[in-house]
Amino acid sequence: MNEQNIRGLIEEVREGKLARRDFMTKMVSLGLAAPLAGHLLLNAGIAQAQTPSAYKATKRGGGGALKVLWWQGATLLNPHFATGTKDQDGSRVFYEPLASWDKDGNLTANLAAEIPSATNGGLSKDGKTVIWKLKRGVTWHDGKPFTSADVVFNWEYASDPATSAVTIGSYKEMKVEAVDSHTVKITFNKVTPFWATPFVGVQGMIIPKHLFEAYKGAKSREAPNNLKPVGTGPYKFTDFTPGDMVRGAINTTYHQANKPFFDTFEMKGGGDAVSAARAVLQTGEYDFAWNLQVEDEILVKLEVGGKGKVVVIPSGDIEFIQCNFTDPNVEVDGERSSIKTKHPVLTDPAVRQALSLLIDRASVQQFIYGRAGVATANFVNNPPRLRSTANKPEFNVDKAIAVLEAAGWKKGSDGTREKGGKKLKFVYQTSVNQPRQKTQAIVKQACQKAGIDVELKAVTGAVFFSSDEGNPDTYTKLYADLQMYTTTMNAPDAEIFMNQFCSWEFATKANKWQGRNSTRWSNPEYDKAFRAAEGELDPVKRAALYIKMNDMVVQDHAVIPVVSRPRARGANLKLRFSESGWDSDFWALQDWYREA
Amino acid sequence: MTLSGTYVLRRVLIALPSLLGISLVLFTVLALAPGDPFGDIVSNPNIPAEVAANLRKKFGMDDPVMVRYFRWLLAMLQGDWGFSFASRINVDTLILQRLPTTLLVVGSSQILALLIALPVGVYAATRPYSLFDQIANTLTFVGFSLPTFFTGLMLILVFSIQLDWLPFVYRADIASTGWHFYWDHLKQTIMPVTVLALFQAASWTRYVRSAALDVVKLDYVTTARSKGLKESVVVLKHVVRNAMIPVVTLVALQVPAIFGGAIVTEQIFRVPGIGSLLISAILANDTPVIMAVTFVFSCLVISFNLLADILYAWLDPRIALS
Repeated sequence: MNEQNIRGLIEEVREGKLARRDFMTKMVSLGLAAPLAGHLLLNAGIAQAQTPSAYKATKRGGGGALKVLWWQGATLLNPHFATGTKDQDGSRVFYEPLASWDKDGNLTANLAAEIPSATNGGLSKDGKTVIWKLKRGVTWHDGKPFTSADVVFNWEYASDPATSAVTIGSYKEMKVEAVDSHTVKITFNKVTPFWATPFVGVQGMIIPKHLFEAYKGAKSREAPNNLKPVGTGPYKFTDFTPGDMVRGAINTTYHQANKPFFDTFEMKGGGDAVSAARAVLQTGEYDFAWNLQVEDEILVKLEVGGKGKVVVIPSGDIEFIQCNFTDPNVEVDGERSSIKTKHPVLTDPAVRQALSLLIDRASVQQFIYGRAGVATANFVNNPPRLRSTANKPEFNVDKAIAVLEAAGWKKGSDGTREKGGKKLKFVYQTSVNQPRQKTQAIVKQACQKAGIDVELKAVTGAVFFSSDEGNPDTYTKLYADLQMYTTTMNAPDAEIFMNQFCSWEFATKANKWQGRNSTRWSNPEYDKAFRAAEGELDPVKRAALYIKMNDMVVQDHAVIPVVSRPRARGANLKLRFSESGWDSDFWALQDWYREA
Repeated sequence: MTLSGTYVLRRVLIALPSLLGISLVLFTVLALAPGDPFGDIVSNPNIPAEVAANLRKKFGMDDPVMVRYFRWLLAMLQGDWGFSFASRINVDTLILQRLPTTLLVVGSSQILALLIALPVGVYAATRPYSLFDQIANTLTFVGFSLPTFFTGLMLILVFSIQLDWLPFVYRADIASTGWHFYWDHLKQTIMPVTVLALFQAASWTRYVRSAALDVVKLDYVTTARSKGLKESVVVLKHVVRNAMIPVVTLVALQVPAIFGGAIVTEQIFRVPGIGSLLISAILANDTPVIMAVTFVFSCLVISFNLLADILYAWLDPRIALS
């Protein structure tokens, strides 16, 4: 898929020959995040097909209580300090960004009057400035008006390193100024093709200037409103117990007519995923449950209760296997898997191809993940055609054996293949997690048939995902041959996702293994394409570059995807809400209602 | 009465170094344990590495363990419990928010357990090997063989799912007012309290029974009976009073353990108590909170030990504490 092809498709959308959603599906199957794909259409001047709000209630309030369960409760309610989704979700009840991402990756206005585009003059030709027009008549929960000063303040607040805001990444390298009381201009230091990061989505929630002004910088942690949010959202803050309960009451001056539907809001934390599923699906005690990481078999049983159903929301998260391109068994200058070494076996493309053929993704989906893990061809087989559905993930032991034989890997006396004294023996590590251990077992079995000896290793999640320099078992060190975990692609732009294959991102001792490239795979062509994409203003050319990069990684089998991980939520049968895999669960909380 | 002020003072003074030692061990173990409170931030590619580095500096986490320990100790002596990394608020606020719920649930379960254990134990002891004694014995064995997580799930299955009588998600702040408030509170407290109380009552019944059984056979009880005292007076005034001495000690010693046992129960019923705070802090690697909660637990153990000793001397003047 090159630039011309993408342009052709965009034209087809413009002429109405190709459905917008089909275009998105194709782009996503090529490795682009949905928001990035939506961006292509937006920049081509094809107006957003704003998701029509399915809100049917005709008056504000009267809906009683909305009760949701988060088995990890929100621990803080300042969106600029929110690290996990639990905190982002808790904050999102009260705070709103200028715009949010819907499930198709389209921008939907919250506090903005309209989405900036080239046609409405919001986007400059040089790709450096964005002008947001703010919605008028919006008030904070305490009655003060919402203006451009608030938006500018959020940039000042988050971009100040002394504040230690986790949102700083979205607000660095730019200047934000107020043009008038309801217009804000963002000027980026460099050409920024993907401009919808600041003030958008979970990183973009806006806090009121008048309450946080005195607590910018080092004093940020003393702000009393860190625990008592005053926002613009559909529900006003009532009370909060960290890790346990977030409560809100209807905002009777909410800026969208007839919304919200519910009189009170309650977000209960704690417990475990199974009992959360039970409280929604089986007993109906709660209306909605977050992140049901439960075996599908159990969920199906609970659904029989007839009170609720499981909602599966597609997202960009992928469970995948990384191949180590360096030697984990040789120590150079005090580090194993040093970039000065080469993996004796995995650097052979035939071995990686065989491994990819030995992953029985269909069984992994069917017997382990169920609805919560879809065997993925995408990101693997690199669909030469546009339709990703035509590409089934391939599991073929015979073909794998043929590939290995052709490459000269012959069976040794112990049944393990070898070549030139090097054996096909791998250490395959992942975090302790039941589905992962089951997947490991399936892979090991298939590998044994093909004459590959796999030693399984499981590391506690707290260690595996930590940044502990002293611990040899962290995933960034990759002191093993293969490892498996889920990488999240929910950042709306591909740049951050794709930098994990750049040569300057190698995780090494020198950078305390903070580099993102832990496979230590590299390709000068890839590096070049990445640099080109960074400065590429034409979104179509940029998308084509990302697709090309994706192809390079995938065709080389540097990583082997296993299943994509949609988000699983539980919801009462009567609850109506719109989900999105690219934003907080509460991105459209104002539209939630209950059918009679 | 041999219990003197100096004795109590000396015991308190001995308790202090133990607490200090415990805090040192806890702090070192937590510092050496794997896991990183800012792991989420470090592994999130959207957040620049400087943020985590900055936070580490702000919370003084780059200093050597001993420096951090003494800083913690100094702050603690001044009444500053530390600052939660996860919630970015003071730890004492967090603990105080959770304490009433734990006290309510654990306290009422203790009282319920005593209300069951005392009469059943004493009655069984006055009629040893009778049918009542046999049944009580069997039930207590069943009671303390079943772990709380099991009985908790069983109760949920029966009363919440099959019968749909009781809610299984505990809410500390109930919105309803007036009588409804108490009714809702009662309904949601029944299951967690029962689970904890049954477990505790089972073991206490056995202690009460054996303590009472020891006393029942003594000569002075026979004397009391032969004086023609009423059976109830014999049991209450002569048997129970003396049998209670070891039991009171035991109850006092087990109070801290109950807080530990409540961790599991709190998790099952989503009771927002100290136990669930500890669990979520451990999951988030929020060391100041883990440190504070475990330290509270150790303080409880030490002070209840002390209390048990003092009670013992007060109840049984024959014991000389010097």
